[in-house]
Amino acid sequence: MKTFAESNFPGRLIAVEGLDGSGKSTQIYLLKRWLEAEGIKVYFSEWNSSELVKSATSKGKKRELLTPTTFSLIHATDFADRYERHLVPLLRAGYIVLCDRYVFTAFARDVTRGCPPDWVRGNYNFACAPDLTMFFKADLDVSLNRILEGRPKLKFFEAGMDLRLSTDPYESFKIFQGRILDQYLAMSKEFNFVIMDANENVEKQQVLVRKLVSERIDLKKFKRRSPLPLPPSLAGDREDKEELEDKAA
Amino acid sequence: MNAKKSHRFYGHGIPRVKLEELGGKLIVVEGADGSGRSTQIAELVKWLETSGRPTVQVGLKRSTLVSEELEKAQKGNVLSRTTLSLFYATDFADQLENIILPALKAGFIVLSDRYIYTLMARDMVRGMDEKWLKNLYGIAPVPDAVFYLTVEPEELVQRNLSKNATLDYWESGMDLGMSREVFDSFLKYQAAMQSVFKSLQKTYGFDIVDANRSAHAVNKELRKKISSVIDTD
Repeated sequence: MKTFAESNFPGRLIAVEGLDGSGKSTQIYLLKRWLEAEGIKVYFSEWNSSELVKSATSKGKKRELLTPTTFSLIHATDFADRYERHLVPLLRAGYIVLCDRYVFTAFARDVTRGCPPDWVRGNYNFACAPDLTMFFKADLDVSLNRILEGRPKLKFFEAGMDLRLSTDPYESFKIFQGRILDQYLAMSKEFNFVIMDANENVEKQQVLVRKLVSERIDLKKFKRRSPLPLPPSLAGDREDKEELEDKAA
Repeated sequence: MNAKKSHRFYGHGIPRVKLEELGGKLIVVEGADGSGRSTQIAELVKWLETSGRPTVQVGLKRSTLVSEELEKAQKGNVLSRTTLSLFYATDFADQLENIILPALKAGFIVLSDRYIYTLMARDMVRGMDEKWLKNLYGIAPVPDAVFYLTVEPEELVQRNLSKNATLDYWESGMDLGMSREVFDSFLKYQAAMQSVFKSLQKTYGFDIVDANRSAHAVNKELRKKISSVIDTD
């Protein structure tokens, strides 16, 4: 799996991975706010959010229609849609793309559900690897508590109830998350995860996240600037505008 | 022939499926629109059920899970290639697990109006990686018989026009931009599909049936071949 940099994309992709309740979404959100404030071209993409595929996924989940295979394929469809429609064009245009979960979520979850690892990886092999993957590793109890305290009603697939691990959703969720964590840790070396200590407080983690990102990526190259030449008829406007912007700055 | 041939998957298969439990037979009819697939299948169902054999029918874009969304996406032609491909695979897998496998387990004869070969061929014509497709569709069981109904593209045009008075956007491969005119595009696209099918035939060894003939003659040939498959045990 080559990274976007190795595949000569001008943009860079940063992914966060971790269990539900590991705090990764908070961290990537804060990272996004910082990059935006720095004037960097940034785009944020979330797992399982493609508009077109969403209605099928939620129907499948609500009616408990999904098997490990269809669960895997429908998420791959969702990913492919976001990948082809948003990620690739943005990365070609030199954006920093932030992904809350990436293919590794599928590798961990679908394999835990019993799909063959080679099959799942093969299905996703159209995608390049992130240029940086941060894995937020919290003690299992910490992430379980964060989820179970705040949101007592667990959804069927979220709790891994389809695996028949336990008739109690809470018990099932715990076993399921434990197995996913094992899968994540087993692939962490292969895919160069940077392990972040998610037991640490949020602010301290964010300091480390920003430090890591600025060390790994030459951020000034990704500053927002109108890179396209305007047609001659509009070129005058741009000069005016730039002057205004200079004054404002 | 082996006394009892058990089913197998093309690749990784479906988790936790016990192949030895799959009795039944899986019969696939492939071919372009206008090759007479549905007519042939309807006749086969009549024949099989009259002779006391339970049947079930499946086909592309018929899953409970995604058929509606797939239809919508195709109408707008908004999905990119990999996405569409995976969407179709989801549709196939849903029917595989909810209809095909249970029916085989119950000893039914499953008649599939198209199968993974059409899905693969469509993607291959559009330049997708064959290895990727083979891995993806490794979930499919190997059918007991596959019949590919071939009709000359010129004849397909006639049949489609006499039925619908128009040529379907996708069956004409209009998304490929081979020609701006749907008539020319249809001929080019169908010829390209046939040549991919021929290359797939080498790997998958399906039966090529000349469907330029009358429906009756084609059905006679199919029945004869199916008899030899279903009478083995």
